[in-house]
Amino acid sequence: MNVVNLNQVGKTYHLDAVDVPALIGIDLEIRPNCFTVISGPSGSGKTTLLNLIGCIDQPNCGEVIVAGEEVQKLSDDALSDFRARHIGFIFQNFNLLPVLTVEENVEYPLLLSRMPAAERKRRVEALLDAVGLADKARNIPGQLSGGQRQRVAIARALAPSPKLVLADEPTANLDSHTGAAIISLMREMQREHHVSFVFSSHDPKVLAEADDAVMIRDGRIEQIERREARAGGRHEQGAGAAEGGRGAPAQAGDLTPEAAP
Amino acid sequence: MRTLSLALRNLLRNRRRSLTTLFAMVIGAVTILIFGGYSRDITYGLQTGFVLRGGHLQIQRKDYFLYGSGNPAAYGVADYQRVADVVARDPVLAPMLTVVTPTISLGGIAGNFAAGVSRTVIGSGVVVADRIKMRQWNDYGLPMNLPAFALTGTADDAAVIGNGVARVLELCEPLAVSNCPPHTKPGVAAGASAPADVTALAALESRPATAAGEARIELLAANVHGAPNVASLRVVKAERQGFKEFDDMFVGMHLTQAQRLLYGSEKPQATAVVLQLVHTSQIAAAKARLAELLATTLKGEPLEVQDFEALNPFYGQAVGMFAAIFGFMAVLIGAIVLFTVGNTMSMAVMERTAEIGTLRAMGLRRSGIRRLFMGEGLLLGVIGAAAGVAAALCVAWLINHAGLTWLPPGQVDPVPLTVRVWGETRLILGTAAGLALVAVVSAWWPSRRAARMLIVDALRHV
Repeated sequence: MNVVNLNQVGKTYHLDAVDVPALIGIDLEIRPNCFTVISGPSGSGKTTLLNLIGCIDQPNCGEVIVAGEEVQKLSDDALSDFRARHIGFIFQNFNLLPVLTVEENVEYPLLLSRMPAAERKRRVEALLDAVGLADKARNIPGQLSGGQRQRVAIARALAPSPKLVLADEPTANLDSHTGAAIISLMREMQREHHVSFVFSSHDPKVLAEADDAVMIRDGRIEQIERREARAGGRHEQGAGAAEGGRGAPAQAGDLTPEAAP
Repeated sequence: MRTLSLALRNLLRNRRRSLTTLFAMVIGAVTILIFGGYSRDITYGLQTGFVLRGGHLQIQRKDYFLYGSGNPAAYGVADYQRVADVVARDPVLAPMLTVVTPTISLGGIAGNFAAGVSRTVIGSGVVVADRIKMRQWNDYGLPMNLPAFALTGTADDAAVIGNGVARVLELCEPLAVSNCPPHTKPGVAAGASAPADVTALAALESRPATAAGEARIELLAANVHGAPNVASLRVVKAERQGFKEFDDMFVGMHLTQAQRLLYGSEKPQATAVVLQLVHTSQIAAAKARLAELLATTLKGEPLEVQDFEALNPFYGQAVGMFAAIFGFMAVLIGAIVLFTVGNTMSMAVMERTAEIGTLRAMGLRRSGIRRLFMGEGLLLGVIGAAAGVAAALCVAWLINHAGLTWLPPGQVDPVPLTVRVWGETRLILGTAAGLALVAVVSAWWPSRRAARMLIVDALRHV
């Protein structure tokens, strides 16, 4: 089952009595355990699409199904609980809580999901160890570098064992070396935790790592490229792509273009 | 990590702003508490003054309070000794009582025939031993330095008068009244000299009838039959009374003397039986019990009970005035705190908009955001109130130990300027709770605004 299904989703902003369409008739499926990158020029609707997938914004039309749940039918509180359980966020500016220590930042989503204290502690330690920040657990974000902060953000996003992690330009505020390391870490985490990552990014390094690449322009999906998962160097056929998995067999390292919906 | 812990850290995040807000709250708390303590001190002082003079409760003949001053002899309590005995021996009332004593109030004219002057006065007949005991009442521990009761150890014909009475009756010199302005009698109109025999008679008439240095007055009052009666009283002392109107009219004497003046050879009565209680807070209970006694054991005579507030309307007016000023001040300070904390919280919401978006995206409900900011308001309120109470206690201590004095209304001598904050639990808790509540209320609107933010808008905020 796909992690995300968008059916004929549209979003229009009303700016000064003018309707500005941000997304038009979007059909998209996000496969489980995949690295999906949404790419496109500025103003193309990447962030809006990510917001709808992340259930932090509502479409004007169409249907958004995340983890099998039609999220538009949920109340605000139920949607909050749903996000706490199923969706992790990584932000361009890291968005860590500055008054909390590294371990408290990672622990925070677990508090929202009411995980018992002992289990929380174990989970936080394991995640900080996995992102290489076990020795920084008591530091506050202000004492960390950009790359370290983004690692904390990754650990925080993964803390509640979500089905989906969304990252809005996660490497935009990092130098290329750190950005590459972060991408590599996220890829590693994605494989290890069996979670779907969805990015918006211009970064070619991110695109190179993508299982699926969604090209978006002027609010419409221009192209979806699926690539066989790279795990173990096996060649896999992209499945569950937009329009019912019409993806063609792909070669390892190649991106297989699909017709846009 | 609980909401309050996070709220506290957020407050510490912008220390200067939080401290400024707290400072405003501390100033507010100190102002309220110091003024509250000051007005409480005045209230207790007034109350103590009235209770020392007239007790907490008075049992009077029915309607004496309304009409009795015009004819005290007709509105006396005939069986006053029995009334006093019943009250003093009542098992319910006895533990509440410090003194039960009869008293007489009368109106009359006091004259100093030697000087050819007179004036209307209000006389008060008291049992000296009981009055001495009454003057020891100090339920609130006020710094008092009362002089000895002037009638102590005096004969039945002794009297004490107000300084004003002494001045008008030209008794300042024999009574050694200080601050008595020198008196020059209006000159006699110029004319022909009186005949020698008339002048000699006049000289005889103005000759002092009393021994040198002794002050005597004649007190004229209507007796129980309506006929004038005169008592010659030896004034042992002139004492300044609290209010000028009273000072100009007061004549205190022994009860027996007052009874002889009003009732002559008739059976003596009292215009009231005065009850002084251990604590003012016992008034309601004592009144309830007295009502039972008046309806049963003492139902033979039409009696009623008046408390000191009814007998001294000034007390209620003063308390009401201070309560109004206190309330006005509290509302004003509450409004200042409301806007200060509200402004602080609004700035915090604005600065942390992206953080609000992040928390909401991570799954914190709107109510969680509301709780977070309300928690900050509550913490500001609690810390501000606690610091304010501590500061007020320190300021009160400084004032109380600064050696300042002042003359409160109704007092004769200057008293130490004190503010009663310590021990005023209701005042302290009320002020602290009020400030904390105002702080929480101030945080409500910014919290609501934060909770209602759209997540995507909040996340876009720079």
